Amino acid sequence: MEAESSAAGAAAGAAAAAADEGFTVAPLEVVYCGVCSLPPEYCEFGATVKKCTDWLESNHPRLHQNLYSSEALESKMGTMSLEAQQKAEKDLAKKQQKEELRQEREAAKKKSSVIIIKRVERTKRKYVTVVSGIEAFELVYKTVAKEFGKKFACGSSVTKNAAGGEEITVQGDLSDEILEELVDKYGIEEDNIRQVEESKKKGGGG
Amino acid sequence: MFKKPVSSSGKTKIKSSVQRNIRQKICEQFPLLEPVIDDVLPKKAQLDLIKAPEKISLYALDNQVLFFQHHNDAIMPHLRVVHKYPQCFPTVQVDRGAIRFILGGAQLMCPGLTSPGAKLPPPEGNLPEGTVVAINAEGKEHACMIGVLKMSTEDIKKLNKGNGVENCHYLGDGLWKMDSE
Ligand SMILES: [Zn+2]
Repeated sequence: MEAESSAAGAAAGAAAAAADEGFTVAPLEVVYCGVCSLPPEYCEFGATVKKCTDWLESNHPRLHQNLYSSEALESKMGTMSLEAQQKAEKDLAKKQQKEELRQEREAAKKKSSVIIIKRVERTKRKYVTVVSGIEAFELVYKTVAKEFGKKFACGSSVTKNAAGGEEITVQGDLSDEILEELVDKYGIEEDNIRQVEESKKKGGGG
Repeated sequence: MFKKPVSSSGKTKIKSSVQRNIRQKICEQFPLLEPVIDDVLPKKAQLDLIKAPEKISLYALDNQVLFFQHHNDAIMPHLRVVHKYPQCFPTVQVDRGAIRFILGGAQLMCPGLTSPGAKLPPPEGNLPEGTVVAINAEGKEHACMIGVLKMSTEDIKKLNKGNGVENCHYLGDGLWKMDSE
């Protein structure tokens, strides 16, 4: 498919002709940006252009060349008026700056956040492991709970704690295994994980 | 429709009789899709229904949403489907200036469809009000929005003001992000 896309009429004609002749139209394989998930030609409108461009350059160098060569950059403004271009650029710069600040804040927050893995004794020698604090690392409780369940082949569910926040309760004594999984699979620094123990008093039914 | 992230309350399997009806409705709405409908929606595949808030139904295959529908209105394709089969959907083009507004979820105004960078079908290819259209953009290869015409394409040219296309689904919205997570 050419960069000049919109020959919708002609393309529609081709599809109709294909239908008449009884053969089918092959689906287009579209590359999506590994950073912002849009087709790379739309990355320029997002707040992560820099990261998007780097990703494209290392993963799809030819596409990167097509989109970001100096000729491509020159011609892409198309029919837009200079005034409209300037306004759009200004707005985008603002958006990107905001996003950068947001990411900085988030990084700082991550550094100071802790995931707590708590081993809780349910009955004599029966334990559950409760994991909390993963939201600071952009992890989703429901998803991670499911993945723990699969990984450790055990019951794993999202529960509410006393403060109304979420946590994952895994059936079994898996404190070390979960720590390892958080580090290996989710890329969390070990410094940001704390293992604690909470044993219930004997006889204190729970 | 999907400015916010989509929260779904689980999925249910769609009965094969209902699935047939959906297929048929899709083919009626998008005749150009009929030649490839078996690739898009294989006859034997199990289609799932995912209910989203505000009476929106999502039709999914292997956890990927392919079509969606508000109540009993027209069925609309997910942008990913349009990207694969661009020639199978009625298409109009906006100018470059309109792209950033679309990606912000704004409604599509007529001037963005009539300026020099935009493209509408010729008079003999007039698309009536209510048609589900894919929106391409000046200088871009892939569609960035799915919408419903609020007036015929000839009226858009004539009136050239107001809301021309209702923005139902756009790149980066809640529906788009739903299964890339
Ligand atoms: Zn991107």
